[in-house]
Amino acid sequence: MNTLFGKAKEEARVISPKSVDEYPEAPITLGTTLVNFTGDWRTFMPVIDESKCVKCYICWKFCPEPAIYIKEDGFVAIDYDYCKGCGICANECPTKAITMVREEK
Amino acid sequence: MVEYKPIKKVVSGNYAAAYAVLHARVQVVAAYPITPQTSIIEKIAEFIANGEADIQYIPVESEHSAMAACIGASATGARVFTATSAQGLALMHEMLHWAAGARLPIVMVDVNRAMAPPWSVWDDQTDSLSQRDTGWMQFYAENNQEVYDGVLMAFKVAETVNVPAMVVESAFILSHTYEIVNMIPQELVDEFLPPRKPLYSLADFENPIAVGALATPADYYEFRYKLARAHEEAKKVIKDVGREFGERFGRDYSEMIEKAYIDDADFVFMGMGSLMGTVKEAVELLRKQGYKVGYAKVRWFRPFPREELLEIAESVKGIAVLDRNFSFGQEGILFTEAKGALYNNGARPIMKNYIVGLGGRDFTVSDVKAIAEDMKKVIESGKLDREVEWYHLKR
Repeated sequence: MNTLFGKAKEEARVISPKSVDEYPEAPITLGTTLVNFTGDWRTFMPVIDESKCVKCYICWKFCPEPAIYIKEDGFVAIDYDYCKGCGICANECPTKAITMVREEK
Repeated sequence: MVEYKPIKKVVSGNYAAAYAVLHARVQVVAAYPITPQTSIIEKIAEFIANGEADIQYIPVESEHSAMAACIGASATGARVFTATSAQGLALMHEMLHWAAGARLPIVMVDVNRAMAPPWSVWDDQTDSLSQRDTGWMQFYAENNQEVYDGVLMAFKVAETVNVPAMVVESAFILSHTYEIVNMIPQELVDEFLPPRKPLYSLADFENPIAVGALATPADYYEFRYKLARAHEEAKKVIKDVGREFGERFGRDYSEMIEKAYIDDADFVFMGMGSLMGTVKEAVELLRKQGYKVGYAKVRWFRPFPREELLEIAESVKGIAVLDRNFSFGQEGILFTEAKGALYNNGARPIMKNYIVGLGGRDFTVSDVKAIAEDMKKVIESGKLDREVEWYHLKR
């Protein structure tokens, strides 16, 4: 499951109004970040090369979001729905297993 | 009109405001004293102390905090009131944007007072007009009766469109001057102004929300549009509520611009607030002396009554705009607004701006007559000698 939140996120209805009438009349928040993703703020995306990863979890500790989670096989993964592309993980990785790649939108 | 016996009281403009707050069954007041507003909130405190009003009164350390407390209270669904003047209103400025942006129908009385320096406590509209772009509606009262009626109507309009409203009265000329005000029996006010039905409530624990959280460039724009649209819708609501007020209580406010003698007028005086009471008196006298002058009192400055102004502009040769305010580097604020509203609509009366009464300078019937003479020359010659006239200036 490609997520920090597991099943809860899969079931959550993402709020993404398409027209002005779909917005609430007043600026009230209709849900937490579980339904308000922040991944589209990103310009550069971190990409993990598992052949270089030594499972030290330094990236996992440093991620301020946090958008890095540990998979069942012990490798780390990025939840791109929340990663804002700050690049701290790539900067901290001792084996240079994470590279920042410009994202085309 | 329903038959009823009005409660006649001889009160100041400030007490008229306080009685309207009592009769509107306001639930929360947060305010900080400042001359000439103070006697409004003193009177409300007296109502509470006497057991006449069931109001939560929040004493605060500044006007910024007063509006912040009003915002919090209003976001729970309560009916909320505050009052201030001049420097106090300026200190509220940031929070005024919050109240309007969060769509909270708070009603405030601003007692117009000149901005310092030089220090002044007297009448001047620049304080309230400086808050033009905060998203608040603005109603300008001519007399104490309009202060009382204005507060009651402001709550109804504000709570219908979910936009806060400012009721503006003049320092001392209204705030501390006593005249008869016809008040409305409580049960009739209750019929006119039922309890507020909030758009949302922080006290709704089954449906938790956050108010005013971050909106990225992808979403902010739509909320601004909604506030803009609410102001446009408010124009209809204002007219409907004004008409209903007239039908119920005998004083009609269905016009956003109160008009007299427009049809055959060569030119009209246009302005806002208590000075238009003086103009009303003067126009009656001028008419008896054969001057073809009319009268246009702008009651609601926000939303701006563009359509009603256009109707006036189409039927007269000139408009003398009386501004008890000034926007430095430009001209009187109502003058700018009026010209701007007409630009794309074809009507082209000659418009001249008279800066009058700043900082409480007396503005009398003879002043209106002198301006009429000047305006008559402008109309007859078809030439505007200057756009902005500092009328009282000692030369």
